[in-house]
Amino acid sequence: MNTRWNRKDLLGLRELSAAEINFVLETADAFKQVGTREIKKVPALRGKTLVNFFIEPSTRTRTSFELAAFRLSADVINITATASSLSKGETLKDTAKILEANHVDIIVLRHSSAGAPQFLAERLRSSVINAGDGAHEHPTQGLLDTYTIREKKKRFEGLHVAIIGDILFSRVARSNIFALTKLGARVTLVGPSTLVPRDFEKLGVNISYDIDKVLPTVDVVNLLRIQHERQRKEYFPGVGEYIRLFGLTKERAKLLKPDCLIMHPGPINRGIEIDSEVADGNQSVILDQVTNGLAVRMAVLYLCGGIAT
Amino acid sequence: MGPTIIRNGRIIDPANKRDEIGDLVIANGRIADQSAVHNPKSEIAEINAKGLIVVPGLIDMHVHLREPGFAHKETIASGARAAAAGGFTTVVCMPNTSPIADNPSTITWIKDRARDTASVNVLPTGAISKNLEGDELAPIASIVQSGVVAITDDGKCVQNHELMRRAVEYARMVGVPVLDHCQDYNLVGNGVVNEGEWSTLLGLSGWPAAGEEVVVMRNILLAELCDHHIHCQHISTAGSVRLIREARARGVKISGEVCPHHIALTDASIQNFDTNCKMNPPLRTQRDIDAIIEGIADGTLTIFCSDHAPHAAFEKEVEFDQAPFGIVGLETELGLFIDILLHKRKAISINRLIEMFTVEPAKLLKLDAGALSIGAKADVTLIDPDREWTVDASKFESLSRNTPFHSWKLKGRAVRTIVGGETVWAL
Repeated sequence: MNTRWNRKDLLGLRELSAAEINFVLETADAFKQVGTREIKKVPALRGKTLVNFFIEPSTRTRTSFELAAFRLSADVINITATASSLSKGETLKDTAKILEANHVDIIVLRHSSAGAPQFLAERLRSSVINAGDGAHEHPTQGLLDTYTIREKKKRFEGLHVAIIGDILFSRVARSNIFALTKLGARVTLVGPSTLVPRDFEKLGVNISYDIDKVLPTVDVVNLLRIQHERQRKEYFPGVGEYIRLFGLTKERAKLLKPDCLIMHPGPINRGIEIDSEVADGNQSVILDQVTNGLAVRMAVLYLCGGIAT
Repeated sequence: MGPTIIRNGRIIDPANKRDEIGDLVIANGRIADQSAVHNPKSEIAEINAKGLIVVPGLIDMHVHLREPGFAHKETIASGARAAAAGGFTTVVCMPNTSPIADNPSTITWIKDRARDTASVNVLPTGAISKNLEGDELAPIASIVQSGVVAITDDGKCVQNHELMRRAVEYARMVGVPVLDHCQDYNLVGNGVVNEGEWSTLLGLSGWPAAGEEVVVMRNILLAELCDHHIHCQHISTAGSVRLIREARARGVKISGEVCPHHIALTDASIQNFDTNCKMNPPLRTQRDIDAIIEGIADGTLTIFCSDHAPHAAFEKEVEFDQAPFGIVGLETELGLFIDILLHKRKAISINRLIEMFTVEPAKLLKLDAGALSIGAKADVTLIDPDREWTVDASKFESLSRNTPFHSWKLKGRAVRTIVGGETVWAL
């Protein structure tokens, strides 16, 4: 029994302490090193079964969890929305009970409803890992973003991080806010007032609607995807105006400190929230995030999978 | 059957300005004077009410009994049993059944069913608009002739102000008040919880206070324009209280009702995604609770109700945003109001509390109920305002268990419910 980790589930970063977050990051250090070996597999979860249960489409998160599970020697199956019985009217509870009846050890859940992972975790003995629930949390994304910042900057105290874009509908923003504020970083949210409502100030962050003022002061910018295809038209007048006010264009990128990190959880809308050259430039750590995501997810599966009985 | 005498209770009968320790006599199903027990033709039944409050049978003018159409959630019979167990002798049921009560035959069916199966008085309402769709007026006059006490699209809200205006004008002609569930569809969108700190934290779609207040304001303007009464259902926000207070001060025919959950719980209750804390309108903030209690205390809000909304466990045990709105309330309503308003907040007197459960709804709906006058139908509730008890949802008379109040310790409850002189429920 690990004295620094006793959770069978990872539902969100809001309920984690700074010590728990740091422990996941330290555990990920070891797994990151595994990824550089010729033999990339360790036997940590040998004999355990993991289900990637994705009720909302995802490629990169699902692939990352699947690879992480393979490298830990777990057996993996993928269930997607169209293939599942949910489309035949079965409830989430019944589907979950059936997974458990098949002695599944770990369920990785992506779901469009906030709280769905907690719903499962309260009802199952299996580990439940939240791979994104509605606009609530995406804890492994928050952890891998945090890991990447820690890797490059070696500290959180005194760091200033800007999260830019659609905050209201973003689970990535929430998980980042919870982790970064716990670890001692200062967070400023930037975006249109309709997508960055003032209620976020209660989470201990600053809000700005002036990106040009914020950019020179930050050590990290984390750009969120503008989900223009999903948004009701009332939230902002259009992509053109969005880019003019908040897009990280080539010109704007010059305002950044030379050592400022540029992050993006993907998938990127090149030319909307970020110019193509900036996304591929030398300040961008977007691909490091992907690599680190694998290590962080291995750490999470290892820690939670070791608790579940 | 011989007369019944309820002895030594504190009789509180606000309609007759009566508050005294005494005996209440019931003969032939009606309230009688003492002469009925002086020379009885048959044996006198006695009920000892020492230490209890004896009041006119309570009225809940906002319940969903689910029949016809959703008998797995509740039936008129089970809903009536729940009402009796909560101290209510009269309930007013909402028209969002299946079929919808937007026509005389459905309303006649509900009345027949109530007559045949219900242990308390069940009074139906009819729809404002056909199929509750807000597009065309339901046949309001025919509905009223078939015997409804009000019209409402409860659960839905007529968005078209012109249609609402005509409904209110028409209702004035046929003499029934209009009850309105105040919700602006555009402002509320797919909101499921109060828009604020908790919706932000949990990533749940927000249901802003303005989504209610905008329609309360609309109703105030239309009540003035049409010179007819509009009653705003389940008021949940501080802004609505303020609007209604200002309008009533000007003499506008507007009123508002309060559900216990809107003063018992804040939106912090949703933090574990408990679907028994999901209702429409949603739980709000402490500021709203304080404003509602102030509105109760100063007479702005005049009526208590439960918005009793039964749902089966399997329907509620789903993802939060997919769960139906609403909770059962009949069996916890009186206990919560007494506990919060009398014992904890000391906001009103027990006399006013009883008035808000009896005289006020009776006056609004023009019911022959809510008073213990000689000759009145003997609908009587016996209440122990100091009795401490623990809510146990598994013991509910309702078919459904969807309550956030399970295991709550409350002070005050009904101990006997009498309808037409017959005890229909006793603790």
